[in-house]
Amino acid sequence: MKKSVFLGAFAATSLVAGLAQAQSTLETVQTRGELNCGVSTGLAGFSAPDGNGVWQGFDVAVCRAVAAAVLEDPMAVNFVPTTGQTRFSALASGEVDVLARNTTWTFSRDVDLNFTFVGTNYYDGQGFMVTRDLGVGSALELDGATVCIQTGTTTELNLADYFRVNGMAYEPVPIETNAEAQQQYLAGACDVYTTDVSGLAATRASFASPSDHVILPEVISKEPLGPAVRHGDDQWADIVQWTLFALIAAEELGVTSANIDEMKAGTDNPEINRMLGSEGDLGAMFGLDSEWAVRAIAAGGNYGEIFSATIGEQTPIGLARGLNAQWTQGGLLYAPPFR
Amino acid sequence: MSTSDDLRIKTTAPKPAFRLSMLLYDQRYRSITIQVFFLFMLMLGAAWLIDNTVNNLRALGRDFSFAFLNAPAGYDINQRPIEYNSQMTHGRAALVGFLNTMILAVLACMLATVLGVIAGVLRLSNNWIVGRLMTVYIEVFRNIPTLLWILIFGAIMTEAMPAPSAFRGDDPAASMLFNDAVAVTNRGVYVPSIMFLRDLGDLRLGPVAPSLNWLLVFLVLIVGVYANKRLIEHATAVQNATGVRPKTWWKSILILLGPVVVIFIALGAYLEYPELRGFNFAGGTHLRNSLIAMWLGLGIYTGAFVAENVRAGILAISKGQTEAAFALGMQPGKTMRLVILPQALRVIIPPLISQYLNITKNTSLGLAVGYMDLRSTLGGITINQTGRELEGMLLMMLIYLAISLTISGAMNVYNSRVKLKER
Repeated sequence: MKKSVFLGAFAATSLVAGLAQAQSTLETVQTRGELNCGVSTGLAGFSAPDGNGVWQGFDVAVCRAVAAAVLEDPMAVNFVPTTGQTRFSALASGEVDVLARNTTWTFSRDVDLNFTFVGTNYYDGQGFMVTRDLGVGSALELDGATVCIQTGTTTELNLADYFRVNGMAYEPVPIETNAEAQQQYLAGACDVYTTDVSGLAATRASFASPSDHVILPEVISKEPLGPAVRHGDDQWADIVQWTLFALIAAEELGVTSANIDEMKAGTDNPEINRMLGSEGDLGAMFGLDSEWAVRAIAAGGNYGEIFSATIGEQTPIGLARGLNAQWTQGGLLYAPPFR
Repeated sequence: MSTSDDLRIKTTAPKPAFRLSMLLYDQRYRSITIQVFFLFMLMLGAAWLIDNTVNNLRALGRDFSFAFLNAPAGYDINQRPIEYNSQMTHGRAALVGFLNTMILAVLACMLATVLGVIAGVLRLSNNWIVGRLMTVYIEVFRNIPTLLWILIFGAIMTEAMPAPSAFRGDDPAASMLFNDAVAVTNRGVYVPSIMFLRDLGDLRLGPVAPSLNWLLVFLVLIVGVYANKRLIEHATAVQNATGVRPKTWWKSILILLGPVVVIFIALGAYLEYPELRGFNFAGGTHLRNSLIAMWLGLGIYTGAFVAENVRAGILAISKGQTEAAFALGMQPGKTMRLVILPQALRVIIPPLISQYLNITKNTSLGLAVGYMDLRSTLGGITINQTGRELEGMLLMMLIYLAISLTISGAMNVYNSRVKLKER
């Protein structure tokens, strides 16, 4: 009798486990009522908790927009801080549903690690930062320098390639997080700190006297940073991808967090109407309601609003739009049509 | 006829019929039943784990392959005991990491042993201040986690030492020690290194290529140590025969140092001093911050545990041994060295083995201060760049297991040599 109870329980649990496996990421997130979002362990402007412990920043805004679209609540996000070394395991194992963490889109990560990069939310490149009194004006003068570098990143590989190609020697000091790098660099344990230019700007902004540090003019790589999800769940990839596109398209179409309430009632522009759900039924095509984009944009504003609030020229980070301007403004941002 | 047959049948012992329930209720079979049952459960568990792994890997669209070890690594490693550059393979990078792990483990084991023996003996000192000082050292270091000590030593090296630029200029803020031979900077300590004018070349041994010069020096040293041992044996034999021990100290020094000095002169050895060039010091040997922090952190922390082992070993020896030695007129130092410690070794060695294993395993904390050991190269950057977590972790577990078993085996051989010989 006992045996049959045990067997029955065993069969039931394996059935439940089997069902759980078959659940899509969207269903999992909606059942959980919370989006697990992988972010960096703290990079001012991109993802860092503020004084009240609420995560703020440019990458965080992507998580909030997805949570708003899927769960109707931009605050229903559980932020999982990951280091350069732990981020991919966290995503592959399902610990996070989406990784929004200045992660460079590369061939091997896309193809071999089996992740889907849904787009680029920041076009970046790797640069070098030195102290002003070092008197260095170009990265080509760095022969023999000690360089602080976050391990497990594309920057590490670019750095090796750059110094090799230019016939220069260097002493790498591997560190794990941006905070450690900052401490080592400020203590003078390394002459140079190298990471993506946006990261350098963000780090420099948190220094006591930012003007004592220069970012060298050389940008030695392309670093398209964007949110990533696991392979194999195309519906979920579409949701994250088009949430990002909605933010970008909203800026292009002039939809802001201020005017969205009046825009969602219907406008003369059919594309805005389709995106905001007053015309057609785009949301239902990937399992959401028609107002998903309205909520995503209302969460933190359109791409331009998020940019200027977190890392733009008015903020301490002070990044210019540059490549990250709309395609109509000479930048690379280009959202496919909502049709 | 038939009756006798019946009788014979009755006299043979009745053969008990075997019933299936006896497997459970008969004491003779029960233990076997339980063992077989658990063996099957264990095998089932293992099969389930492997099957689960294979299925999950397939679901993720991944395969299981060690081919990544032959792909170019693409990253640089600062401490390279063997030749390495970023174009070499992940396998080679792992080998560099393995060698770095071993270097650190050997250095830390030596420091821990020396510190531990000294502190352990001194904690039992009759001098109140010395005894208490050692108690404070042991209790403070033993009760704070290793990682904190490593980070503290790392922070001291980074924050409190001058940058190389402080050595520059006509009136530098910092100066080198020992007649411009040693520079202590926030990037590590630069010490002079021994170089040779005449190079015998390298010995090509597959991936590693040790310098023939150093191999020669090493060989001569080993021969010297062996010859010295024979000399002392001879002195003991003479003492046993005549009662007078011949003076050996100057012969020992000559045997140990003489040939090495001759070799050094013949090969044209000289000291290369570190000097400021560009951003950093160049020349000499660079002991990186990460190495120093790991070495001190692990060595001093584990030294406290070794000290407790040594103290336990000494306390295990009957006080009568000391009293007897004193009665013979032996000085306390000699009593400790010749009477107490050799006997205490029997008690000290077994726990010392596990301390050595602990040090070796704790070297994997290296990433905390950026020391490029096996965990940081194979288990860190390689896994991260290739995404081969499972393969990398398995490989790393195997390597650490092999290192630990080797240490444990070697130390057990030593233990069986020093333990009490019972005849």
